[in-house]
Amino acid sequence: MQFMLLFSRQGKLRLQKWYVPLCDKEKKKITRELVQTVLARKPKMCSFLEWRDLKIVYKRYASLYFCCAIEDQDNELITLEIIHRYVELLDKYFGSVCELDIIFNFEKAYFILDEFLLGGEAQETSKKNVLKAIEQADLLQENLDFQICLLPAPT
Amino acid sequence: MPAPIRLRELIRTIRTARTQAEEREMIQKECAAIRSSFREEDNTYRCRNVAKLLYMHMLGYPAHFGQLECLKLIASQKFTDKRIGYLGAMLLLDERQDVHLLMTNCIKNDLNHSTQYVQGLALCTLGCMGSSEMCRDLAGEVEKLLKTSNSYLRKKAALCAVHVIRKVPELMEMFLPATKNLLSEKNHGVLHTSVVLLTEMCERSPDMLSHFRKNEKLVPQLVRILKNLIMSGYSPEHDVSGISDPFLQVRILRLLRILGKGDDDSSEAMNDILAQVATNTETSKNVGNAILYETVLTIMDIKSESGLRVLAINILGRFLLNNDKNIRYVALTSLLKTVQTDHNAVQRHRSTIVDCLKDLDVSIKRRAMELSFALVNGNNIRGMMKELLYFLDSCDPDFKADCASGIFLAAEKYAPSKRWHIDTIMRVLTTAGSYVRDDSVPNLIQLITNSVEMHAYTVQRLYKALLDDISQQPLVQVASWCIGEYGDLLVSGQCEEEEPIQVSEDEVLDVLEGLLVSNLSTPVTRGYSLTAIMKLSTRFSSLNRIKKVVSIYGSSIDVELQQRAVEYNALFKKYDHMRSALLERMPIMEKTATNGPAEIVQTNGETDSTILDTKHLPNITQPASQANDLLDLLGGNDVVPVIQTTVPTKPASAGGELLDLLGDLSLTGGPTPTPAPSVPMSQPPFLLDGLTSQPLFNDIAAVIPPMTAYNKNGLKIEFTFERSNPNPNIAVITIHATNSTEAEMTEFVFQAAVPKTFQLQLLSPSSNVVPALNQGSVTQVIRVLNPQKQQLRMRIKLTYTHKGSPVQDLAEVNNFPPQSWQ
Repeated sequence: MQFMLLFSRQGKLRLQKWYVPLCDKEKKKITRELVQTVLARKPKMCSFLEWRDLKIVYKRYASLYFCCAIEDQDNELITLEIIHRYVELLDKYFGSVCELDIIFNFEKAYFILDEFLLGGEAQETSKKNVLKAIEQADLLQENLDFQICLLPAPT
Repeated sequence: MPAPIRLRELIRTIRTARTQAEEREMIQKECAAIRSSFREEDNTYRCRNVAKLLYMHMLGYPAHFGQLECLKLIASQKFTDKRIGYLGAMLLLDERQDVHLLMTNCIKNDLNHSTQYVQGLALCTLGCMGSSEMCRDLAGEVEKLLKTSNSYLRKKAALCAVHVIRKVPELMEMFLPATKNLLSEKNHGVLHTSVVLLTEMCERSPDMLSHFRKNEKLVPQLVRILKNLIMSGYSPEHDVSGISDPFLQVRILRLLRILGKGDDDSSEAMNDILAQVATNTETSKNVGNAILYETVLTIMDIKSESGLRVLAINILGRFLLNNDKNIRYVALTSLLKTVQTDHNAVQRHRSTIVDCLKDLDVSIKRRAMELSFALVNGNNIRGMMKELLYFLDSCDPDFKADCASGIFLAAEKYAPSKRWHIDTIMRVLTTAGSYVRDDSVPNLIQLITNSVEMHAYTVQRLYKALLDDISQQPLVQVASWCIGEYGDLLVSGQCEEEEPIQVSEDEVLDVLEGLLVSNLSTPVTRGYSLTAIMKLSTRFSSLNRIKKVVSIYGSSIDVELQQRAVEYNALFKKYDHMRSALLERMPIMEKTATNGPAEIVQTNGETDSTILDTKHLPNITQPASQANDLLDLLGGNDVVPVIQTTVPTKPASAGGELLDLLGDLSLTGGPTPTPAPSVPMSQPPFLLDGLTSQPLFNDIAAVIPPMTAYNKNGLKIEFTFERSNPNPNIAVITIHATNSTEAEMTEFVFQAAVPKTFQLQLLSPSSNVVPALNQGSVTQVIRVLNPQKQQLRMRIKLTYTHKGSPVQDLAEVNNFPPQSWQ
């Protein structure tokens, strides 16, 4: 995966994760163009489109569009599953997630994403394990802010 | 200073802004506060401030002044700080800025941290945005972590290694030892990321690939893991809609694809498992189809047995019938990849593919169109073309150009009959006329001239089309050309193929004149219609009307039209006797090899403006002063437009000579050509296609013996022969003129004429001075088209100046060797 964008139906960006090095200007340009293209799609159209030399996979969940840019050799259908898994993770974490959760807790959305994907690939295929890791990291943040914690290494 | 507001507070506040300006104001105020807080080196609230900055950055506001603060957060001991710090680094920093290198040391420390979540943060950041310098510095640490028994860290290290390899491919070797027992892990996270790492290594290096194939025996290991996934019972942790860890299955299938490609042994080892996956996977949900999709891709890429391939194509066929658009799209894409290699298998699904042309989704339509063109063959051309023409009617403009080109290509390759071909092209021109490529006009004209029996039908149909609509330029151009050529057939109502229409000469002229004045016509089209009107002067009887039109346009603002009109006018006035010969019916145009849309068309007779670059002037007629060039045209010398700009004056006597020759032999189609030595002519490349310009002493010439055509008064003319490829009806004769007297012969002009059934083309001579004492020769190439294979006869006329006095001689050449015309 080269990047993932989350944006609302009005085109407001809610999350942007880039796995390729680009300057800020480029990122803004790509975001603008892609958001426009995806928002112009009619509801019954398929979830894939060709854009520049990338394949774009997108899906709308309620008021949010989840949009991924993958390379030619990547499997579009499994990317849809990856998007779905991420939504499930958010849902479990926030409890019936909605756009507002992501707006007000954007940093948590990033943390969850970073436990699920790394460098554009899935690092953990078990939902349970991802959520457990986040939970424990959150605990680390809350309870033990002032010292280095020596947690036993779980498997 | 009061504590900076909390993140959530800020977000809430900003969201209350009603206008962009209001929002900007709030942001600026907060940024100022954050800046001063940064300046005060406030440790307590740095984290909060950076978090707020990241939010504002997402809204699109500049946040670069927070970059160093992120670094400070990363260096902090607090986990909260590190978390936000690393996030900020990933969002705000990139490898173009040197600042990012300051992270390297922190990351190194954190990679060795005692808390795995801190290590995880470091690995994540490095794996997402590590620059090549950072990767080089830290590769060793990553490699160490790849060997740890902590699966939480191991899986992250594997993906981090992937990133390192992508950035610095030379470091790939160093990770090789650590991959040894990656696949014996039970943890799915580690398995998944390990497969990704192995995939990356195999894709990048053929050495690695063969190493993994042979030494590590990767394929059996992967097959085993995949088998376990499929056979094992329900595992709640990894289950997705009844399928066990689809992500891992897909990745394994992809790696198998790379390992099996081009390798018989590996392909054989995976045949069974592929068949198993292909038949046992649930297809009711997207997950199952994702796995099947990957399986199909793998089967098609490796050296699988034919049974397996058929299975794969059938899966794709089933995909095509799926209600889910995404599945159909993916199927069409895959079929497009396989249609070359497994053509017959894909043909079976042709009707489904054609149905997809009617889909509402643009991406699916495009795929279906490409695939349809790939599937057209001699058997299904009629049915397919119906569908494709219907598609052309209703599709979006972006498709029309590609669709039209594709239809032309297919029609040309597989047309069952000439009438069908012409009908099809007409249909394309009427429905998508403005989207066709420029070269389709000359192609169509060439096709029409070749279908002699269809002329009446074609011109009638084109005329009717013109009555309906004159906006589509390619159609209008072809139609006016045809009306100009075959207008007599049109008014005589001779059509056999369909009901002939009653058209009067005036009506036809009305239509053509209408094109001239219409705003819809481009200058090129106007040129076509003026020429067509002119041609009709020999086919119709309403001469006065045509003369009037031509003379009006003699003062047209359009230079192109003006020139044509002036030339045509001259034709009426001074050269009326030549008009009928000049405006004769065009001979059949030959084609060189058909190689797709960019075809080169040769003409054996008058050149047509359409054949050559339409920007240049046509060469049908020229003013009388260019009599010699005129003759060239008649002979079929393709005068390249390049020379049109100069109008050399020629003595009027040249025209007289032509008449003499014409009178002698009573030729019609191919009267004597005269080279115009004073007008430099560049040989148009396409004339010489398949033909050498000086076919003198090569082997082919030796097949047909040379002959002496003339030998008198010291001037000897020899003919050498060659057969032309690709058309065996054309004989290429090269004349060699030599002079055995002591004085040279200057202003040497060679003219030739042939009987009615032949056509002659004379190319330019090497020079017009025959040196004395056989010191050199003048050579010139003649091309003779002899479709009826009659005995070749030729009358030649020679003029030159010798020792100050002009010499002229006529001779008949009858001693052509039989091989030259048989």
